[in-house]
Amino acid sequence: MLAYLLRRAAWGAATVLGVLLFLFALFFLYATPQDIARRALGEKAPPEAIQQWLVNHGYDKPAVWNPEHPLDTRLAEHVRRMLLFEFGRSDADDVPIAQRLRDGVGPSLSVTVPLFALGLPLALSLALLVAFFRETYIDRAGVVLCVLAMSVSVLVYILGGQFLLGKLLRWFPISGFDPDPSVLLRFLALPVLVGLFAHVGADVRFYRAVFLEESGRDYVRTARAKGAGDARVMARHVLPNALIPVLTNVVVEIPFLFTGSILLESFFGIPGLGSITVDAIQSNDFATLRVMVYLGALLFIAGQMLTDVAYTIVDPRVRLG
Amino acid sequence: MEGYVLGNGFAALLIGLALFGSWRVRSTPFWRERVAEIVRRRPVATFVVALYVGVALLDSVAWHDALPGETSVDARSLLDRAFPSDFRERSYSAPLAAVEFYGGQPLAHPGRHLLGTDILGRDVLHLALGGARVALLIGGLTSLIAIPLAIAFGLAAGYFGGRVDDVVFLLLSTLASMPSILLLVALIMVIGRGPVQVCLALAVTSWVSFCRVVRGETLKLRELDYVQAARALGVSELRIVWRHVLPNLSHLVVITFVLTFSQLVLSEAILSWLGVGIDGSWGQMIDQARDELARDPIIGWNLAAASTALFALILAVNRVGDAVRDVLDPRTLRDSP
Repeated sequence: MLAYLLRRAAWGAATVLGVLLFLFALFFLYATPQDIARRALGEKAPPEAIQQWLVNHGYDKPAVWNPEHPLDTRLAEHVRRMLLFEFGRSDADDVPIAQRLRDGVGPSLSVTVPLFALGLPLALSLALLVAFFRETYIDRAGVVLCVLAMSVSVLVYILGGQFLLGKLLRWFPISGFDPDPSVLLRFLALPVLVGLFAHVGADVRFYRAVFLEESGRDYVRTARAKGAGDARVMARHVLPNALIPVLTNVVVEIPFLFTGSILLESFFGIPGLGSITVDAIQSNDFATLRVMVYLGALLFIAGQMLTDVAYTIVDPRVRLG
Repeated sequence: MEGYVLGNGFAALLIGLALFGSWRVRSTPFWRERVAEIVRRRPVATFVVALYVGVALLDSVAWHDALPGETSVDARSLLDRAFPSDFRERSYSAPLAAVEFYGGQPLAHPGRHLLGTDILGRDVLHLALGGARVALLIGGLTSLIAIPLAIAFGLAAGYFGGRVDDVVFLLLSTLASMPSILLLVALIMVIGRGPVQVCLALAVTSWVSFCRVVRGETLKLRELDYVQAARALGVSELRIVWRHVLPNLSHLVVITFVLTFSQLVLSEAILSWLGVGIDGSWGQMIDQARDELARDPIIGWNLAAASTALFALILAVNRVGDAVRDVLDPRTLRDSP
C-alpha cells in the first residue's frame, strides 16, 4: 500500500511539473514579456515605462539560461513561486493575487456546495428510477429528456432562467450577491437552479449507464434466482456496487468546488474565483490567468489521487501491483 | 490570402473527404450495413444533420463578382446570394414587421425579414443560417487536427509501450489536468484570436480523451492472435500497425468524431461569451442578445433564432451519435461523456 501511494505521489508530482513547464512555454516563451507588457500598458507606452514594468513584475530576467547565476532565470522563478504559492501581483492592476483568491473562495463555495449537495442526490435518484424501469416507456422518455437537456447550451439556460424566473415571474433577483445570511439564499437560488438544470441530463445518463452495467452482472441473476424482488435487487445489490464507479466520478469533482463556476458566477454577479478568472480574461491579466490554470490543475491532480486512494479502499478487487 | 479562398479550399477538402468516405462505405459491406442501420434508426436526426451540412457548404463556397476596377465588393457565398444584396435595415425590426422597432420608420424591405433584424439591421434568418458554416468549421477543422494527432500518439504509446508510453501518458495527464475552459482561453489569448487559432486550441484540449481511447484499444489489439501471427511471420512493425491495428481503430474514430462534435460546438458558444469565439457563430449571436432581454419591450427573436439553430443541431448530432455508438460498438465506450 505504501509503495503504491509513493508511486502515485511521484506520478502526481511529475504531472505538476509538466503543467508548470507547459504554462512556462505558453506564457513566457510563446507570449513574450514584451507582448504582455504592451497588453497591460497599451500599445503607445514609452519604452522606459515598459522596461520599468518588466522589472517590477520580474519579467526582465533571462528566460531559461543565465550563465552567471543559473537559478536567476524566469523559468526557475516561475517554478519556485508557483510551488511556494507566492503568486505575486496581478498584471492588470497590481493587486496581490493571493488576496483576491482569499476573497473569492467564500462566494465560490456558497454556489458550488449547494449545487453539489443537491445535484448528486437528484441525479442519482433520477438515474435509479430510470434504471429501475429499464426498457419501458418511462426509461425511453427519461433518456430522451436527458438528451434534450444536454443539447441546450448553458448560456441559454442562464439567459432563460434570468428572463423567466427573474424578470417575468419576479421570483428571484436577476443577479447579485450579498454575504448577509438573511438574503444570501435569495441570491443563490437562481444560479443553483440553473446549474442543476445544466448538469442533470448528462449526469443522469452517465449514472443510468453505470446502474444498467451492474444490473447485468452474475450476482444480480443469482439474487433474482433466490427470489429477491426488483426493488430489493436494485436497493441492496445494484446500488452499493454501482456506487464504486459513481464515487470515482464524484471525488474528482470535489476539489473544483473551490474554483467555482466561471459561467454561473459572472452571469449572476457572484464575486468568486470564476468572476476573477473572467475579469482576468477581459483585462489581459496573464499573471492571474496563469495562477488560475495552475490551481485548477493542482486541484484536479489532488482529486485524482484522492480517487485512486478511495478506489483501493472501497473496491477490494483493485490490485496495487 | 483572403478568408473566402480558405473557405472554398476547406469546403472542397470536406467535400473530397465526404466523397472518399462514401466511396469507402459503399465498397465495404461492413460499413454499408452499419451506415444503413444508423440511418434506419435515426432517419429524422440524420436528415437534420445533412440539412445543416448542406447549408454550411452553401455558405462556404463564395466568390467575388466585382467588375474590373471595382475591388471593394466583399465576396458573397451561395447562401448570401439567396438573399438580396442590400437586405439590411438601420436597426432592430420585429419578425415580418413593416416598420422599425424603435421610431416606427418604414423599412427598406417591409414584411420580408422572416425572423426580424438585429441591432445593426442584419437579417436574423441569414445570420442564423450562416452560423451553420461556423459550427461545421469548428467541428470539422478541430477534428482534422485532433484525430490524426490522437491516433499517432495513441498508437505509438499503446503499440510500443515502455518509455514511449510513459512520455505520452505524462503529456496526456498534464493536458488533462488543466481545466479545459481555462486552458482554451489561455491558449487563445496567447496564440491569437481567429477561426483557425480557436480550432487549434479546441484540438489541443479535445485530443486527450480520444488519445486515451486509442491507446487502450491498441494495447488490447497488440496481444490478439492475428497480430501475434503477423509478428511470427516476420511482418515489419510498421506494416503490422498499418494493416492490422489501424483498420481496427476506425470505428472508434467515427464514434469519437460524432460524440465530440457537439461538445466542440457547445464549447465555442462559451468561448464566444468570454469574448474569444469565432465571428458569426451562434454563440456570438446569443452573447449579443444578452442585453436585449433587459430591454422593454423585450427583443427575443435574435436569441430565439440562434439558440434554436444551436439546439436543433446539437440534439440531432447527439441522437445520431447515440445510434452510431450503439451500432458500431455496443461495449467499449459506454461511459464516455
